[in-house]
Amino acid sequence: MTLDLFIAGFGGQGVLLLGNLLAYAAILEGKNASYFPAYGVEKRGGAATCTVVISDDEVASPVVGRPGCAILLNQASLDKYLPRVRPGGWALVNSSLAEENLPRVAPIEVLALPLTELALDVGDARLVNLVAAGIWARKSQALTLASLESALRKVLPERNHRFIPLNVEALKRGAALIAS
Amino acid sequence: MDQRLFVKGNEAVAMGALAAGCRYYFGYPITPQSDIPEFTARELPRLGGTFIQAESEIAAINMLLGASACGMRAMTSSSSPGISLKQEGLSYMAGSELPGLVVNICRSGPGLGGIDASQADYFQAVKGGGHGGYRLIVLAPHSVQEMYDLALLAFDLSDRYRIPAMLLGDSVIGQMKEALIPHPRAQVELPPKDWAVRGKQEGAPQRVVKSLYLGDGELEAHNWRLHERYALLEARETRWEGLHTDDAELLVTAFGITARIAKSAVRMAREAGFKVGLLRPVSLFPFPREAFRTVTLVTKKVLCCELNTGQMVEDVRLSVARDAEVYFYGRPPGAGSLPTPEEFAEQIARYCGGAA
Repeated sequence: MTLDLFIAGFGGQGVLLLGNLLAYAAILEGKNASYFPAYGVEKRGGAATCTVVISDDEVASPVVGRPGCAILLNQASLDKYLPRVRPGGWALVNSSLAEENLPRVAPIEVLALPLTELALDVGDARLVNLVAAGIWARKSQALTLASLESALRKVLPERNHRFIPLNVEALKRGAALIAS
Repeated sequence: MDQRLFVKGNEAVAMGALAAGCRYYFGYPITPQSDIPEFTARELPRLGGTFIQAESEIAAINMLLGASACGMRAMTSSSSPGISLKQEGLSYMAGSELPGLVVNICRSGPGLGGIDASQADYFQAVKGGGHGGYRLIVLAPHSVQEMYDLALLAFDLSDRYRIPAMLLGDSVIGQMKEALIPHPRAQVELPPKDWAVRGKQEGAPQRVVKSLYLGDGELEAHNWRLHERYALLEARETRWEGLHTDDAELLVTAFGITARIAKSAVRMAREAGFKVGLLRPVSLFPFPREAFRTVTLVTKKVLCCELNTGQMVEDVRLSVARDAEVYFYGRPPGAGSLPTPEEFAEQIARYCGGAA
């Protein structure tokens, strides 16, 4: 099985950390994964995107034209990338910062949730990426929360390990939304 | 189970070089390859090696020449505009028969261009980018694992044939992360470096490393010697990967990141019922001419995909069987021009004659 995921938002929302985390967790589970960050002249507040492919087989292209899933964290990303999701796929949209106001092109499922508000409720707006990770992991059933928690230790620098409990709480909050 | 890391391609190539016994790095920072000097700056001192951030790319390639002349495994890395600056040094290394590793994590050009992935340095890499009609050993990794593996291979080939080696990557391969299983250097027997300079030693014969030959007939003989070694490389050291070539009606060919995109496209096309295969050159010089000739004795259509406006396609045309047709699909590199698997799949369908 192969899952591909495109993540977009603005710099500072943890888009690249989210992609890195999901791919790392997949590696820890013995799967193959590629994490391809859009590497541009970006800055805080600018556009940030990355592509993650997780597979039981060899990952062919780390570059994906029409992903099966997209996590879109702001309005600009929603407008630009929602039409790219391939028919039959799904998108997680941060309804705190984005509203779908264009006609839907392909038959896809859109899960709109107030991710920033949920993150604030857990403790910090910057947890928006971890809330999204929890939702994606549970809905796609591709990764366990335990491997995501282990991956946090790998992708966060040592100095930030004190924030791991809060990040885990955000993960669980996201996952619980799907369970219920 | 083997240790499985999750690292960037740039980190993998640096790790591979260190595993190959490289203990000298000379370079000057440039996006998108600065993770290589970052890694070697941190790790080389721990191994008793030397890292020098040179004052320029030109200084760095000449430091590499010096370290290599002393018989050491050494490397430099840069990205396209910086590699252009190194061409003079590369020509001198080739003329002086010095091994060494140069990593080019290509960005788009010409000129300062941009920082997006590019394959537009193919000609420069494989046709001798500097003066004097020399060749480099050029290997094109298409995964993080290959960044590591081919760094090891490049050092061995470079030492064996006394020809500088280049790894031709791009900013996607350099920046993306994948699993890497590191492994130690294979124990291969290499000729002793009995040409390496070693300072004044009483009684020992003098060793000279040079590219200047002024005596009547000396330079011609030197060039013939180099030429014979290039021919030996072509006879012995071509490397490629084939996929579904047995029953293919259309052969797709691509190298580096473009080959990864093509692998997905081939998979999509196979699922749609098209009989399509892939031939991926791993060594760009020596070019796997014989592999192309053999496959195209049966498969008469070839589609060459590149992230440029057509460079490797010229070598493909020179290699295929006489009655094979070669098509090209490529885009000049730059922000937003990275092709997708869907795009290649459309081209495959077009040359396979529409619907399956």
